[in-house]
Amino acid sequence: MQVQSMFFKRTASEKLNDALLQRNMANLKSKFVDGRARAITEIEDWEEIRTHAAALRDRTIANLDAYLVEFERNATRRGARVHWAQTAADACRIAVEIAQANGVRKVTKSKSMVSEEVNLNERLEEAGIQVVETDLGEYILQLAQEPPSHIVAPAIHKSKEQVADLFEAAHHKPRSTDIPALTQEAREALREHFLTADMGISGANFVIAETGTTLTVTNEGNADMVTTVPRIHCVITGIEKVIPTLEDFATLIRLLPRSAIGQGIANYLTLTTGVKGEGDLDGPEQTHVILVDAGRTRLVGSDMQAMLRCIRCGACMNHCPVYQNVGGHAYGWVYPGPMGSVLTPVYVGIENAGDLPNAATFCGECQVVCPVKIPLPDLMRKLREQQFETKQRPFGERLALNAWAFMARRPRLYAAFTRIASRIGAWMGGRDKLIHSLPGIDGWTKGRDMPAPAGKTFRELYRERRPSPQPSRKGEGA
Amino acid sequence: MKVGLFVTCLVDLVRPGIGFAALGLLEGAGCEVVVPEAQTCCGQPGYNSGAREVSQALARKVLAEFRDCDYVVAPSGSCSGQVKVHYVDDLFRDAPERAEFERLAARWYELSDFLVNVLKIESLPGRIEGEVTYHDSCAGLREIGIKAQPRELLKRAGARIHEMNECEKCCGFGGTFSVKLGDISTRMAANKCANIRATGVKTIAGGDLGCLLNIEGRLRREGDMETRVVHYAELISTDKHG
Repeated sequence: MQVQSMFFKRTASEKLNDALLQRNMANLKSKFVDGRARAITEIEDWEEIRTHAAALRDRTIANLDAYLVEFERNATRRGARVHWAQTAADACRIAVEIAQANGVRKVTKSKSMVSEEVNLNERLEEAGIQVVETDLGEYILQLAQEPPSHIVAPAIHKSKEQVADLFEAAHHKPRSTDIPALTQEAREALREHFLTADMGISGANFVIAETGTTLTVTNEGNADMVTTVPRIHCVITGIEKVIPTLEDFATLIRLLPRSAIGQGIANYLTLTTGVKGEGDLDGPEQTHVILVDAGRTRLVGSDMQAMLRCIRCGACMNHCPVYQNVGGHAYGWVYPGPMGSVLTPVYVGIENAGDLPNAATFCGECQVVCPVKIPLPDLMRKLREQQFETKQRPFGERLALNAWAFMARRPRLYAAFTRIASRIGAWMGGRDKLIHSLPGIDGWTKGRDMPAPAGKTFRELYRERRPSPQPSRKGEGA
Repeated sequence: MKVGLFVTCLVDLVRPGIGFAALGLLEGAGCEVVVPEAQTCCGQPGYNSGAREVSQALARKVLAEFRDCDYVVAPSGSCSGQVKVHYVDDLFRDAPERAEFERLAARWYELSDFLVNVLKIESLPGRIEGEVTYHDSCAGLREIGIKAQPRELLKRAGARIHEMNECEKCCGFGGTFSVKLGDISTRMAANKCANIRATGVKTIAGGDLGCLLNIEGRLRREGDMETRVVHYAELISTDKHG
């Protein structure tokens, strides 16, 4: 999708005033935040598993080349074909070529954020291929012609009433707002597509080197239909998804559904290895795995490398107070929330990411809940450093920062400045000691007053009260 | 015991009373308190805005000013986090001065942590009547584990703690974030104020002036001129000067 991240600030403000969105976003807390809090109590050594998983991911990333080649060898041995896509465009070209070479006219898809990242649907449709999203959330958004606003719950920003409107228009059935009924309607609509698609496209939560397996973690079972029924199965995923062994998967799966949706285990763990074997009743005749780089190798060895640990659980956004209030669309690209505020600048260019690295108070919740301990605030801060060093922040902001820095290093000048500022502030505050508007920083005073300074600084008062020349004094109790 | 008081730039400029409350508490407990006059700021605003070199320069300045103190105490969790975590783990991680910053970090305490866990003070000069609700500031809570200490002090001074919903949720201050992304920041402050209002408690305490200004600013804008927004040090001390 087109990057709109440079408009974050404006879009976020619009979203804050979107009453319906605000109501819909309330589900996030009750479903995911409370759910995760409960689910992690089921595991005694949660913190140790996090530490172990972070180290496991680091080790894998450090040897990414070796594990990817091992995966290719083992997947190929089982009859799959592995394709290497250096760019987003390469990934789409490969997928379209596979489809065209096999006369594919209809594709069913299970959820894949990488396919969103590379604009796969658009490219397939341009080639005259029908694409049907089969994850319920993605299906809703395909009808609404909207991008996902969350990496796990793509339609979290929609209410059941909005879904009912979309389904009524698409399915030509009496409008219902009953969730089981809506789900049944989607099942019925999708069933025919599952059975008539020529190719299924899925993402992969992990790719296992030792077995050549790709796997999906889902709750709806649609991935099984996508990966098993059509004659061709095409997996598209990022190169960082590789893990060494099945045993490692056993570790990570303890973390993923609990962090993502507060479930001990997802309803479906679908492991796919190679093609339909002799005697198998189901399975694809061809399996293709497109391993996408699209900027990932640039992160290896950089100070952003920890971001490659990410297992796409969405816990960082679920807990982020900024995301909770503005939703995912404000972030302007595929990945929202804290992980998106890091991934967007590093994948599409920091010059296209606008305020994203600044879209955080550094409250630290994301880092606390991240199952693989990605230091998200630190990574965002490093991006801020890049923006500051390359003068990508507004002139006024840089000027203020430089002026502050100049004074803070010069105590006398600083004392003189704060002395004046305290007096002016106290005068501005007037009788109720509140400043109602501050020229230049209306970001604060548009929605808040500023409690006024006292009129004298601590430094001044301390001097008045402790006139002795030496800077210290024995305490009264000593 | 020579204790350096790091006043913090916000307390110095906006609410000096917090500095005197801290001073009074430390001296009352028998500490010899020094307040280096040249101190300005720990560098956090620059650090979090990407101005790394400036924040390193200010860190060196802080180190020089408090080098000969047995302890350094600050009435702020976020400045303390800056010194205890970010100086060591990031700004001077690979620098020759790292060991010195590690020593500074080990001697550096947030005020409530110092009063409860180092001085182990039992009696407090201030007497608090009634209920207080407490906002946990993010850096203090998640970087250096300030949670029980201020509550403990408030209880010892007679307060009943009435917890609000989501007391650990960010109030939206975030330093320069509050100005750069003012609308989002304001919404977060409004959410915090709603949680405060739901308690019915008329005194909200915290340990970081930035958050307190944000919360108070929003409460007042919403027309609440009554609820007191205070640093816990102001409540547990009798020193209300400045």
